[in-house]
Amino acid sequence: MIRPAKKLPVAPQGPRYWDRSVETISRETLGRLQLQRLQTTVRRVARHVSFYQQKLAELGLTPKDIRSLADVRRLPFTTSADLRATYPRGLVTLGTDRLLRLHTSSGTTGKPKALFFSRRDVNNAAELMARCLVMSGMTSEDVLQNMMTYGLFTGALVMHYGAEKVGCLVIPAGPGNSEKQLLLMLDFRSTAVHVTPSYALYFAGFLESKGVDPRRDLALRRAFVGAEPYTEDTRRKIEQALGVDVFNSYGLSEMNGPGVAFECEHKHGMHLWEDHYLLEIVDPQTGEPLPEGEYGELVLTTLCREAMPLLRYRTRDITAVVPEPCPCGRTHRRLQRIRGRSDDMLIVRGVNIYPQQIEQVLMSLPQVGRNYLIVLDGLDEMTVKVELAQTSFDGQVEHLVHLENEIVSRLRAEILTRPKVELVPPGSLPVSEGKARRVIDNRKL
Amino acid sequence: MNAVKLVAVFAENKPGLLARVTKVLADAGVNIRWITIATSERFGVIKILADQGERAFVSLRDHGLAVSLLDVLAVEVADRPGALHAVVDCLARRHINVENASGYVVQQRAVVLIEAKDLVEARQVLQKQGLRVLSPEEILKQ
Repeated sequence: MIRPAKKLPVAPQGPRYWDRSVETISRETLGRLQLQRLQTTVRRVARHVSFYQQKLAELGLTPKDIRSLADVRRLPFTTSADLRATYPRGLVTLGTDRLLRLHTSSGTTGKPKALFFSRRDVNNAAELMARCLVMSGMTSEDVLQNMMTYGLFTGALVMHYGAEKVGCLVIPAGPGNSEKQLLLMLDFRSTAVHVTPSYALYFAGFLESKGVDPRRDLALRRAFVGAEPYTEDTRRKIEQALGVDVFNSYGLSEMNGPGVAFECEHKHGMHLWEDHYLLEIVDPQTGEPLPEGEYGELVLTTLCREAMPLLRYRTRDITAVVPEPCPCGRTHRRLQRIRGRSDDMLIVRGVNIYPQQIEQVLMSLPQVGRNYLIVLDGLDEMTVKVELAQTSFDGQVEHLVHLENEIVSRLRAEILTRPKVELVPPGSLPVSEGKARRVIDNRKL
Repeated sequence: MNAVKLVAVFAENKPGLLARVTKVLADAGVNIRWITIATSERFGVIKILADQGERAFVSLRDHGLAVSLLDVLAVEVADRPGALHAVVDCLARRHINVENASGYVVQQRAVVLIEAKDLVEARQVLQKQGLRVLSPEEILKQ
């Protein structure tokens, strides 16, 4: 049963809150709340998750040893590899009867990551998303066109549920098919969109080619842009081109998806919901905490998750905390724009891709050699250049075309997006000394 | 079957690639009797009739190029109107598809090189019509 939208406290000027008391909670009260929730979480995993039981035993730790927030540093990290190793259910604390939702991240031949949600987890994810939306000014009068991919990824559904909580009219448009998107905007007067930065720019170009002036012809006021990092420059371009207010958001499927951190009207950093996530910034090499304000790897511990809590999850995203308090009045600290990754991961068309996945697919085909190059261009064009194995040429061009098509289809099954593939003769790709440079990123996002 | 063998090389459609091939062959003392280059999309395929097919193949392979030997039928016809038609029509009646073909004239003899899926069948069909299919030795004697 979906409860009707809350009546929001209306302040004609000044910030609107979905949950004022939590969003403006004092740091002291927040600290106590976090500690309590951290202790509950550690007890929970110590009780139900053998993976964590083992780790805690190795460190000689019990839940009782968590007496202050600083003690979080005594807990073990959890990594992406751990999630793959415990796939599918190794980190779950509940039986199937209590599990409500499953999301996974990309990867079919290598093991993917499975994220499980209980009813409370689904509701909490929606709550956090609702906070974000109201923070940006959304109300139940708004019409949100959700242009992210519905399916196993968290992006579309979590936004969807959050927007429904706020009471918006939600259009589950999904991505692509610009003609259809435009029609929906015209017919239903969408006031906001949820979209990737590359598609936002592409769509702006499409509108121009159709002679549609978004300011004159459409009702769009806001865009929630995410799933891949982008520059300030790109934000301004999207705002200019679509006539919208763009709000930066940060999320990852391991932490419910979008809505982990979000910009307020001041747009100087993204507020991270510290009552749900315990935030640390650590040195990516040593794992040691860094002084506030310094850039390092974001590590998050879930404080409210039931089905699959995570301790000190290494996000691999490099960011810093904005030290000053925000004029909006929210006491949850802000993160700077994500500056980069501490690993090889790429994000193309909103999908996470590791070059190693490409490599694995290519190695499964004896007709191709070991050398390949990923070239990223334009807004989100991906071309994989692959060297043909020397002995695999039989003189027939159609066989080369078939092979290219086969590679495209296997890659698509693995990375869940369709790249272009170019077969090139052996020895034609650059060879580097030391670690091979596998990616050339010419995109301007 | 003793078909005529062409050397096929897979090359990128870029300056310098053909020069690389011809240098290797020149250094190996191989003489090119006939050459064609087809660029299809981004692929370039160079096909060569060399006076020493095996030697050409091995030298190119040892230089890291993707090479293969391709079987073709070499059919000799008179150098006059209708001669090629006789060959092609004969194959068409037997539903044999000509995948690739190339022709040239030397000393009043015309030779057409034909690629087809089933060369054995194609050769039988042509020979039954009284057309002359050349062996590798014969074609290089011209």
